[in-house]
Amino acid sequence: MDVPEGPKFSSQRAGDSLRLSLGGRWTVDASAAIEARAEGLLAESTGASRVVLDLGQVVRLDTAGAWLIDRTRQVLDAKGVDATLESIRPEYEILLREARYRVLAVPKPPRGSYIVRLLADIGESVVSAGADLYRGIGFLGEVVTAIGKSLVSPSHFRGTSLVVQIENIALRGAPIIALINCLAGAIIAQQGIFQLRRFGATVFVVDLIGILMLRELGVLLTAIMTAGRSGSAITAELGSMELREEIDALTVMGLRPVEILIVPRIVALIISLPLLTFIADMSGIVGGLIVSWIYEGITPARFLTLLRDAIVLHTFFSGLIKAPFMGLIIGLISCVEGLAVKGSAESLGRQVTASVVKSIFMIIVVDGLFAVFFAGIRY
Amino acid sequence: MPEVAIRVRNLVVGFGDRLVMQGLDLDVYRGEVLGFVGGSGTGKSVLTRTILGLLRKRSGLIEIFGADLDTVSPREYAAIEQRIGVMFQQGALFSGLTVKQNVQLPMREHLQLSPRLSEELAMLKIGLAGLEADAANKYPAELSGGMTKRAALARALALDPELVFLDEPTSGLDPIGAAEFDELIATLQRTLGLTVFMVTHDLDSLYSICDRIAALADGKVVAEGPISTMLASRHPWVHAYFHGKRARLARLAGGSIGDEGEGSLAGDATNGGPGGTSAPQD
Repeated sequence: MDVPEGPKFSSQRAGDSLRLSLGGRWTVDASAAIEARAEGLLAESTGASRVVLDLGQVVRLDTAGAWLIDRTRQVLDAKGVDATLESIRPEYEILLREARYRVLAVPKPPRGSYIVRLLADIGESVVSAGADLYRGIGFLGEVVTAIGKSLVSPSHFRGTSLVVQIENIALRGAPIIALINCLAGAIIAQQGIFQLRRFGATVFVVDLIGILMLRELGVLLTAIMTAGRSGSAITAELGSMELREEIDALTVMGLRPVEILIVPRIVALIISLPLLTFIADMSGIVGGLIVSWIYEGITPARFLTLLRDAIVLHTFFSGLIKAPFMGLIIGLISCVEGLAVKGSAESLGRQVTASVVKSIFMIIVVDGLFAVFFAGIRY
Repeated sequence: MPEVAIRVRNLVVGFGDRLVMQGLDLDVYRGEVLGFVGGSGTGKSVLTRTILGLLRKRSGLIEIFGADLDTVSPREYAAIEQRIGVMFQQGALFSGLTVKQNVQLPMREHLQLSPRLSEELAMLKIGLAGLEADAANKYPAELSGGMTKRAALARALALDPELVFLDEPTSGLDPIGAAEFDELIATLQRTLGLTVFMVTHDLDSLYSICDRIAALADGKVVAEGPISTMLASRHPWVHAYFHGKRARLARLAGGSIGDEGEGSLAGDATNGGPGGTSAPQD
């Protein structure tokens, strides 16, 4: 099978008039060759006062070829050379007319100064953060109202939906939460032992694990994992419903999306997160226990005895109390971001990312606030 | 004087500093099929969504069945909502539910029916919409484009509404499917006494089943009336719309389905043209 021939031309001079016979395929798939040939046409034409471009042998012509051939003709024209095209096949006439060379105005995007754009971006981010806060608070109000209404008329409450959501969030999330926290506990124990050996105080690794896991790390890792897992799922689900106008369809049927979709998810998160936190706390301690046994020979029985002295009830509760608030935050942010999806799959991707990032950010901020609060009341 | 189903006066709707509707007036009479046309991006779906309460208006009056939507109580508003059915352009079927469950959802929420009756009524609506019975247990992802639209129509009719909004019902359908859908709407409108508000681009639909047409341009309704009013309009956009090449072909091809009864369909909608139609002209 022959390689299709590229563009070519041959020239015949007669005095100061020149006949350029173009042949082959003057099409864009010849790539660089087509421009090179067009330049060649111009180079060949130096010195001639009359040039005829004969297209009789051209096997194929497309818009690129027509554009360049016509450009050659116009450039020659501008130089005062009498340039004409001959032997144009009927099927190329329209092409040469439509793809004739002309200056096409490309609208230039307005470019302000770099500094101004930077400042404008910062300003816009601040304004949109404020708008986010405003939306979030408004949303919280709607959710509270909806929960209140379903307490008043329990028949309106979507119990089945709630149970399904709890299954998705808590039951299916439990294994991975347990695993992650077990590993976290193990890592803390290991590093703790290595450092405490320097002071000969390795027995305090039990305090370290107990207090760190129960007060802070259990809740934090659980909330972050759940934001990544369930928060993104909720945003994606609501977002794709929004894209397909399913949310609007619910509204026009007289059903309130807040009641049907949002409340079950948020209540499920508020219930699930303490449950998962409990599992996380226990797994973390188990992880630390195993590592302490392996690296330091602290038997499980001894570990548990030491643990009993190291922690008190409020060590456990100070972690657990944060959990429902984390659940509420994850729920609010993921639902707001999901309903904010507009237009396209790109928007969906952006909102899911934003949902996870914002949730994690707010989780850590709230954790910090709680830390300050507990320190203040000496809990 | 025919009763007015929807009355819009002086409607102003905008986003930011962009005004989409600028003092729009519109009347939709009971029992008629109103076709709503406008260029892409002029705000046809904005108007529909504003009337349905999905978008907030800046000012103006919207009355449905004689009740001013600004002044009704939530209970009255809910009652009005139940008399309206909406068919969205992409169907907007709930993807986690089968077709039957989709149709039953509004019934379950608003009515206390025995399970048997609700199932029978759902199957009835599915049949009225022209779907086979086995479509009832399919999920929306398993339906073809035409079936999705019919399922969406069945759901819109679930509560036996008096007013139905259709958002570009024939878009994306092949000419035969589109003609069948037109006929379905006309039949249902006669059978159930519906008032139909149809946003559409489809010239064939406009010619064959619409009693009146309203044209939207520059944020206002610039022409309102039967086809003859549209053809006589001097507004540049309306003129281009109804006298352009496609419009002439549609006019040649289409007969009125509703009145004549036996206007032949499938051939008409596709073959109008200089070569003559393949179906008898009424």
